[in-house]
Order: sequence, then structure tokens, then C-alpha cells
Amino acid sequence: MNERRIRVLIAKPGLDGHDKGAKVVVHALKEAGMEVLYTGLHKKIDEIVHTALEEDVDVIGLSVYSGAHLPLSKKLMEQLKEKKLTDKIVLVGGNIPQQDAKVLKEYGVEEVFPVGARLDEIIEFIKRRIGGQNEKI
Amino acid sequence: MKKSDKPEEIKEVNLESGIKVKPVYGPEDIKDLNYKEDIGQPGEYPFTRGIHPLMYRKRPWTMRQYSGFGTAKETNERFKWLLDQGQTALNVAFDLPTQLGLDSDDPFAEEEVGRVGMAIDTLKDLEEAFAGIPIDKISTSLTINPVASVMLAMYLVVAEKQGIPWDEVRGTTQNDILKEYIGRGTWIFPVEPSIRLIGDMVEFCSKNVPKFNPFSVCGYHLRESGATPVQEMAYAFEIAIAYIQEVLNRGLKIDDFAGRIAFNFDIHGNLWEQVAKFRAGRRLWAKIIKERFGAKNPRSMTLRMIAGGGGGGLTIQQPENNIVRGAYYALISALSGTQTMALCSYDEAYTIPSKKAALISLRTMQILADEMGLRDTVDPIAGSYYIEWLTDEMEKKIVECMKKVEEMGGMIKAVETGYIQGEVSRQAYIQEKKIQSGDTTKIGVNKYVMEEEKAEVEIHQFNPKVADEQKRKLKEIKTERNENEVNDALIGLKNAAQTEENVMPHILRAVKSYTTLGEITKVFKEVFGEFKEPTGL
Repeated sequence: MNERRIRVLIAKPGLDGHDKGAKVVVHALKEAGMEVLYTGLHKKIDEIVHTALEEDVDVIGLSVYSGAHLPLSKKLMEQLKEKKLTDKIVLVGGNIPQQDAKVLKEYGVEEVFPVGARLDEIIEFIKRRIGGQNEKI
Repeated sequence: MKKSDKPEEIKEVNLESGIKVKPVYGPEDIKDLNYKEDIGQPGEYPFTRGIHPLMYRKRPWTMRQYSGFGTAKETNERFKWLLDQGQTALNVAFDLPTQLGLDSDDPFAEEEVGRVGMAIDTLKDLEEAFAGIPIDKISTSLTINPVASVMLAMYLVVAEKQGIPWDEVRGTTQNDILKEYIGRGTWIFPVEPSIRLIGDMVEFCSKNVPKFNPFSVCGYHLRESGATPVQEMAYAFEIAIAYIQEVLNRGLKIDDFAGRIAFNFDIHGNLWEQVAKFRAGRRLWAKIIKERFGAKNPRSMTLRMIAGGGGGGLTIQQPENNIVRGAYYALISALSGTQTMALCSYDEAYTIPSKKAALISLRTMQILADEMGLRDTVDPIAGSYYIEWLTDEMEKKIVECMKKVEEMGGMIKAVETGYIQGEVSRQAYIQEKKIQSGDTTKIGVNKYVMEEEKAEVEIHQFNPKVADEQKRKLKEIKTERNENEVNDALIGLKNAAQTEENVMPHILRAVKSYTTLGEITKVFKEVFGEFKEPTGL
């Protein structure tokens, strides 16, 4: 059987140019056998949603270091809802204070991996989450 | 416990730059070294020991903490406070819309106005930021890149309005676009026209603002993005060479401008590796400028730098440990012979530095400069078997790394194709894996970890009203200014941008009539287009 590889979109929304963390995650997920797309910098939320749809990804990872993670994530979740893409797993990484992680989850973000998060935890989380989904099917 | 803990087995030490370190060094390790040729007196070619004969004995390094947030008015208050505390220069942080040439009312600027620095839309904002600050007495570093030309023009008009002649204006625009494509990410235009803008500024400054450094090459952000110390120095030099070539192509002589080239470097990681990096860098840079570019003036050959920061070495865990790290980085920076020092504050892994954190950084530098005899004698580590050996090794590695870039056709090509971005991000991944596996020790992260800790850091509260205030001001200025003047200036600017004419006089004319940063940037976008980022990793 031809098993579909997990597809992940790592995205840099807004004006923030700190992409070291995003690129490290790209490398790590690729090494873990996933197909990873990286948007590059300065993307508008609708561009990210469009790419996620076009590329039929399972996971969207937003990376934000400027402090604008709350409004940007909220906008992403709203647009995913509008486009009926609520099956996408959204993860947020970057410079995220603890108290904001809760708010992000209220928006529908599945997990938050702030600076210092372990790469193997990110990989495991995605695998477990996608695996679980497949079992339901 | 590993077997290597047994006394008879000594653990191998490999530096990040790929150099193996012996347990002991002696005279035989530096027997080929010639003091006069390879090291030299401080202030003398090849400047290994420092670029001035008396270094800190004469004057301590300049202390310049990075600061700025919210409105120009708030930033002005922070500037004055820092100067009152004994800071000797300013280092200005702009918000992301400003750094990317967007006005505060641009829809894409939403949520970012005044967030990571101050918002500048027109000359009016910069006038407010420097109100009551005698800019002929202090030097200012403007941390802005793709639209540095506009900020320089605004700064010069502010000087003019304060009655200060341009030949007395001292300062730096960061203006290192090539590193923005690799790290940091505030780029707008494609590579070639971006470098042309830098050339225009260098040409303009060499004639009109002789004490101003029109660009500061930032190895710093390359290292922060993952580069090894060797890559940091090698890539920074290749970037500088690309800019030098651009200016030489315009008919200027190397000695007309090389003395105003500044560098910005990072300090974290292995202490000795950093110190040797700077000694090797100084020596190599002097050789490049003298031998490759034929400079005659010794000042042209000196590697003048701001060194410190160390953001990449700070940790989010146990944030107060960062105060101690900052103090060590300051010591390394001073042992490295820096001209200017700035330290990342202990809370910077979380937030824009609080007043308290900024003050601790400043006091860290002041304690080092005044309390412990660090400035008694110039370059006290010279002649150490290990240091001089390592300096040599680092120089060889830097030369090797530069050669790879030159074989690809130079830095512009290496960035356009994404080669450097790939190398740096790969290195970042290797380093991150080493930290996560514990191969590279980080206290509080992979050793002496405390599970129950809670961050005692005060988070800078973003003020969303800043955007409203900026928008209101922008509207007001647009009704008050002379629209004909603005349009004429923008037409003049567009014509100049389309030809080879220097754009600086046109930008000056535009900012004087309160044309916005966004309006000027839009003209450049129309003429130059926008950069397409290579995203393959």
C-alpha cells in the first residue's frame, strides 16, 4: 500500500524576519520523514491559507517572534474556518509567553511550541496526532 | 557516567569552527610566528592587537544599548534616560513596518506598529525622537536596512534643523542588505538595486557627511541565524567586499571610504574561539584592504566594530543566568578589542528590555571598564601560546570559507542562489541538535535544569494605541504639507532611480516636504521590483 507521507507547511506570517527557528523545524521534520514546505518570509495569512489548500497539507506550523502571534493566529483560524479547512492541524512556535499559549489554544491552535521546545516532541506530537486521525478513518 | 570521566582518558575538544584543541600549548606551537609581521604593536599593521595604539587606556569602548519602542516620544524619553545613566551613544530600534518601508496606516502593518521598535512615518517622527538630544555630541546607530537611505536623509534634516552642519554628524546606518537576505529578514527590493542604494549612500556620505558610517556589515545576524564563528567572519568579509566593489565601480578610491566601513559582530559560545576570531579577523581584514584593494591609508585597513549582543547565547530558561552570561560576553568583547559594545539584556529572550534589564546591561559594561583594571594595559592576552596559535588557525579557516564563496562568483551570487542561506540554516540545525542532545552544554537547558521554575520576567506591554496615534499624525501631516512639493520630489526620485543618478538628493528633498517613508518606498518598488526569496532548504 502506498502510504501518504505527512505533509507540513511551515509559515512565516506578517513582517517578522526571524526564521532561524522555522528553518530548524523544517530540517527536523524532513529528517523525520515528513514532506515539508516552507513559505518564506512576509506572508499574508490568506497566502498561507491558499498554499495550505493548494498543497493539501496536514499541518500548518506558524512561526512568530515579533509578539504579534495572537492577532495573526486568530486571523489564520478564522480564515481556515471560512474555507472549511478545520481539519488542518495548526501549531504555533516562536517567542510565545506562557499565558498566551492558553489563548492560542482557545482560538483552536492544537499545540504551542515556544522557543526552547524539543524537536523530538514536535515530531512525536505531529505523528501521534496524524496517526490518531487515520485510526478514526 | 561516560568512560571519559576517568582521569587517563581526556575528552576531545572541538570548537564550533571545526578546530581541535590540545590540552596544553607551548612555544613550539607559535615558533613560526613573527611578532612584527603577524602580530604587530597595537595601532600598527596588521592590527592583530587592536586598531589604536592606546586602546582602552585612552578611552573605554562606546556603550550603546539597542533601544526604541512605541512612538517617537516614548523612545525620546528612553534615549534621554539612557544618556543620563552614562550611556555614550544611541542605537535606535525601529518597528517592523518602518524597517520594511510601510507607513503605519498600511493594512500589512497592522498589529506591528510600534511593537519591536519605534514607528517612523515622516520626518516629524524623527524630529520628535531626537528633540532635545544634541546629535553633534553623541553618535547614533540607526538599525535599518532596505530603507536606510530614507532614514539617513531624515537624520540629516534633523541635524540641519538643530543647526548642526553635516560634517559634524557622527553615526551609522546599519544598511547591510546582504545579511538581511540571510538572517533577520527585513528585505524589500532585489539584490542588485539594493546594493546600488548602498553605493549611492557611500558616495553621498564620502562627499557630504565624512564622519558618518554609511553601512555596518553584520556578521552578528549571520551568527544569530546559525553561522559558526568562522562563517560569521568570512561571510561578513565577503559581504563587505561586495559593497566595496560596488563603490569602486563608481570611480571612488578605496581610501576615500574604507575608513568608514564598520562591522557588527556577535559574542557567544567558546570564549577563546571568539577572542581569536576577532584577532584573526582584524589581521585578515587589514591584509585584504591593503593587498587586494591597494589601500595606502592605515585607517582604511582597520576593522572597526561593535561587538557584544550575544542574543543567541541567552536562554529562556532561568532568565537571570543571562545577566551572568552578559557579563562574560562583555569581558570577551573587551578582550577582543571592540570599539563599541552593546549587550542583549537578560529578558531579551522574552521581550523588549525593561528599564531595569537595560540598566543592568549598561552597569555590567561600566563595572568592567572602571572597577577591575581591564583597561590598564593594551591587549594583555597577546603572546599567549594558545591565543596566538588559535588566531592563526581561525584565520586559515576564515580564508578557506571565503574562498568557497568567491569560487561561486562572490556574495551576491551566493545569496541570490540561496547557498549561504542553506549553509547557515544547516549549521543552525546541527547546533540545535547538539544542544538538544546535550553535546553542547547550556546551563538551565540541558544541565542543572529546574523543573518547577517560573519565569520572573516582566513582559513589555504592547500598546495598541500607538497605531491610532501614528495614523492620526499621518493624516494631520498629509493635510498640512504641500502636495505639489511632495509630488515633484517623488517624480524626481523616480527619474533618478530609473537612471544611474544618485538618489540621495532626491530623498532629502522628499523627506523635507514630509513625504512619507511608505510613499518613497513605493516609488522604489515600482522601479526596482521586489526580492523573490529562495525557500528551498
